Amino acid sequence: MAALTREETQNLIQEVLAVYPEKAKKDRAKHLMVNDQSVDVAKKCITSNRKSLPGVMTIRGCAYAGSRGVCWGPIKDMIHISHGPVGCGMYSTMGRRHYANGTTGSDIFTTINVTSDFQEKDIVFGGDKKLKAIIDELETLFPLAKGYTIQSECPIGLIGDDIESVAKVKGAEIEKTIVPVRCEGFRGVSQSLGHHIANDTIRDWVLPTREGKDDGFEKTPYDVNILADYNIGGDIWPSRMLLEEIGLRVIAQVPGDGTLAEMEKSIHAKLNLLHCYRSMNYVSRHMEEKFGIPWMEYNLFGPTKIEASLRAIAERFDDKIKEGVEKTLAKYKPQWEAVVEKYRPRLEGKKVMLYVGGLRPRHIIGAYEDLGMEVVGTGYEFAHNDDYDRTIKEMGDATLIYDDVTAYELDEFVKKIKPDLIGSGIKEKYQFQKMGFPFRQMHSWDYSGPYHGYDGFAIFARDMDMTLNNPCWKEMKAPWLRPLATEVQAA
Amino acid sequence: MPSVMVRRSDEGKLLFYVAKKDLEEVITAVEVDTAEEWGGEVTLGDGEKFFIEPISPPPTFPTTLRFKRVE
Repeated sequence: MAALTREETQNLIQEVLAVYPEKAKKDRAKHLMVNDQSVDVAKKCITSNRKSLPGVMTIRGCAYAGSRGVCWGPIKDMIHISHGPVGCGMYSTMGRRHYANGTTGSDIFTTINVTSDFQEKDIVFGGDKKLKAIIDELETLFPLAKGYTIQSECPIGLIGDDIESVAKVKGAEIEKTIVPVRCEGFRGVSQSLGHHIANDTIRDWVLPTREGKDDGFEKTPYDVNILADYNIGGDIWPSRMLLEEIGLRVIAQVPGDGTLAEMEKSIHAKLNLLHCYRSMNYVSRHMEEKFGIPWMEYNLFGPTKIEASLRAIAERFDDKIKEGVEKTLAKYKPQWEAVVEKYRPRLEGKKVMLYVGGLRPRHIIGAYEDLGMEVVGTGYEFAHNDDYDRTIKEMGDATLIYDDVTAYELDEFVKKIKPDLIGSGIKEKYQFQKMGFPFRQMHSWDYSGPYHGYDGFAIFARDMDMTLNNPCWKEMKAPWLRPLATEVQAA
Repeated sequence: MPSVMVRRSDEGKLLFYVAKKDLEEVITAVEVDTAEEWGGEVTLGDGEKFFIEPISPPPTFPTTLRFKRVE
């Protein structure tokens, strides 16, 4: 199907919105837009980071998910205590596939779900005593843990437990970092506020620990931090390899496969490389102001973006790095060209619709374009205005952009636009597969990955081909929708 | 009285960032911008205006300052 014109897309939005009651229609209309590359400021055409409309299905998470699952979860040598009832912790442990090197129980704890399992009596009498007991118990069970974070679930904020005082008292007692995080799920409109809260706790409880002290760290002019790469399916490893290959020294990976010590020494870096702008720009801004570390966004999805990003990074350093970049680009050129040569003919001209979290809807566009595919619709669960500012330039004119799209709207858009591939989360996966659309789960790379760097691009291309050209999609028609004759014949 | 972080963009322009408001805009004009003082009425790219008592000596950016909204 040919790409829609501006008018057609506009009509499509109106058509889909038509079923809503007047008030809901007015609200949702603000969250949908037809892309116009000439616009600089997204807030004129799209509203984002607002409370989801009640009564329609949203795919968003909560502040706890943003902190426990996203920002703090991957820090591997700390134990993250899900403080509250048992469920939240259960559903946020390792479902995201943030890989970590190490042995569970000795140097990594990301695979363990630790929860205070609140009961009625804890709600009535408060859970601080229980929290202290838990930390003591964990000290006995896992003496090698480098620290703890206390991730509050909703009841903690409601009953007003003082987790900060517990953190201070116990932290002094056991001489470890204990970070209380006030990330109760009811805060904010989506997981985005959880990221912000988690960033603030990194600022307040982790970064100051080595500030102004001589920790014997030997600096080099090429020290960088990788910020906000979560190592989904191992993403950070090819990223790190590339950065090291061009001559930089990565001193901290925060938080993917990262440690507490790395976070503490991140204040010594020369540059912060920020992958997911949405989730960790807050701490980058703080580090710029407080420690004078500039930050920049970069993108390692697909060869075009890798080239642009590495060159942009090199601009911040001397000729040694610039040479390193050119050498690295030349080295990998045959590798990615072979990938493009193999998969491009199979994927050329295919249309993709994306609906992911806060970064990928714009970051992976380049990788699709390298394979000759076109992204015809994109949207974020929890992005803010600044994300849409960045998206408008990445997307083609007259493409569809949707913010916090409801299950119904996404369904209808897909039915009308009929993309060749959909990339979204687990909650959309089976619905679209049953509708007969090839689908990739783009939050956790559909149990594949890594997708970053040149090595990741090869896997990305293979996965997209494997899904899109799978013969099963034709067979997905529901039995009652099949022509009767074939049924009879089969019988 | 929003708490505003002012920093320089890659192009050297001043950026006005309010975390709570999710606002990041280029500063297009500053009323007082001399070697001794910085401040006064500040105009943003989208036309909004904010005010800060001129600071002497001028602050080094990035920094966080408290501005007043000009109606």
